[in-house]
Amino acid sequence: MNIFKKTILTVLASLLVIGNVNADKIKIGTEGAYPPWNSKDASGNLIGFEVELAQELCAIMKHECTIVEQDWDGMIPALLMRKFDAIMAGMSITAERQKTITFSQGYADEVASLAVMKGSSLEGMNTPEGINLTLGGSDVKKALKTLTGALAGKTVCTQTGTIHQNFLESGDVGSVNVRTYKTQDEVNLDLTSGRCDVALAAAVAFTDYADKSGKPVTLVGPTFSGGAFGNGVGVGIRQGGDDAIGKRDAKLLKDFNKAIDKARKQGIISKLAIKHFGFDASM
Amino acid sequence: MITSFPKLLSATVITLKLLSVSLIIGMFLGLFFAILRMNKNIFVNQFAYGYSYVFRGTPLLVQIFIIYFGLGQIEYLRSTFMWVILKEPYWCAIIAFALNTGAYTSEILRSAFQTIKPGMIEAGKSLGISNRIIFYKIQIPIAIRQSLPAYGNEIILMMKGTSLASTVTLMDLTGVAKYIISTTFKPIEVFIVAGGIYLFMTFLIHNLIKYLEKKYSFQ
Repeated sequence: MNIFKKTILTVLASLLVIGNVNADKIKIGTEGAYPPWNSKDASGNLIGFEVELAQELCAIMKHECTIVEQDWDGMIPALLMRKFDAIMAGMSITAERQKTITFSQGYADEVASLAVMKGSSLEGMNTPEGINLTLGGSDVKKALKTLTGALAGKTVCTQTGTIHQNFLESGDVGSVNVRTYKTQDEVNLDLTSGRCDVALAAAVAFTDYADKSGKPVTLVGPTFSGGAFGNGVGVGIRQGGDDAIGKRDAKLLKDFNKAIDKARKQGIISKLAIKHFGFDASM
Repeated sequence: MITSFPKLLSATVITLKLLSVSLIIGMFLGLFFAILRMNKNIFVNQFAYGYSYVFRGTPLLVQIFIIYFGLGQIEYLRSTFMWVILKEPYWCAIIAFALNTGAYTSEILRSAFQTIKPGMIEAGKSLGISNRIIFYKIQIPIAIRQSLPAYGNEIILMMKGTSLASTVTLMDLTGVAKYIISTTFKPIEVFIVAGGIYLFMTFLIHNLIKYLEKKYSFQ
């Protein structure tokens, strides 16, 4: 056998080995671009609430875990294609996503909010502090009506494929001019540049950005929860099945649920939430 | 797959709009800079050379990001009239595409001008035709014919380049494909349909150029 053939065979063989090694290791996918849920430090390491929580949960489950990075818009497809086994990326549990994947119980919850640059005409909107779309009621209806009027003709920016985009396109606030971005960073950039009149995301995503950048970004209107905003953030996992991988996924879901129970009881989730969000966002 | 097709087709209109507008602007830019390149003044031709060097030497994605996100961060710019244009993602994309294709077009045209045999220009001169007329009636038509195959390639490259418009929030073919994927989580099917539409556009452009080449062949 000549050396050329040998090299090729060795490379192919090593690929096969790499493919099989991960049989009992778990890979967790995260975005690394949605602080304080998950982000990256200056040297490119993944950090944030979910990165630390993932390590704690893996320690409880006694699984060996690696955390990998994945762009938000390809998160669910990558899970389905088995690039990793679980999603922990600030992904809210929604009925729409549950058609394709399944979720563990929620581990944290946190409200969404609109944000503008200081001095915007939208400041001082007369709405309640927070509205829950699932509860409904006259207050919520009145607030949505106020918002519909305020947002008419404005460019509202948000990240692609998020609960925030779903809400804006649901018709609850009329037909708004929605502009979508690949990452929250880009939403923040265009909010400060003035291309966006107003933006919608997790409230902490804006306060975190305002703190770190020093830009005069400020929250307006009510905080949102329920309805299109889902029921808290959970671990996304493939729906189980009858084959070996399906059974493993079903077991992984059980393991995560148990681990979250335990982490909650021990106060681990609250502690991490307070550390990263500044308040107890655990659930 | 079937339900996403009409949405993708209507997005193709935006892709074609981006392509045609930037190609038209880019063609004028290219001709202008190709002429500057042939100028004997060293500052003028080095300026034109620098333009094509910078825009051919950096990725289109970087160019569109600098124009869209980069210029948007300069506070002074936001207070000038230029912000009216730069505020719109559509015009930012057009500016980036036109400058990029203009740089390539200028190189294509320059090399086409240089392949014109001196004899043809001399023949014109010996008939007493003015330099201006020689330039417009002999040099430009020959250069355009010479550059057709290379320019056809450039159109196809630019058509595929317009997919980067989706990175600055434009809902072109790629943007809409990504949007559909974000709600259906079926990337393979949707990208195959989108890829098929791109391929069909390539087919049309390719054949149009082939037809023009034949029509204006020297034989």
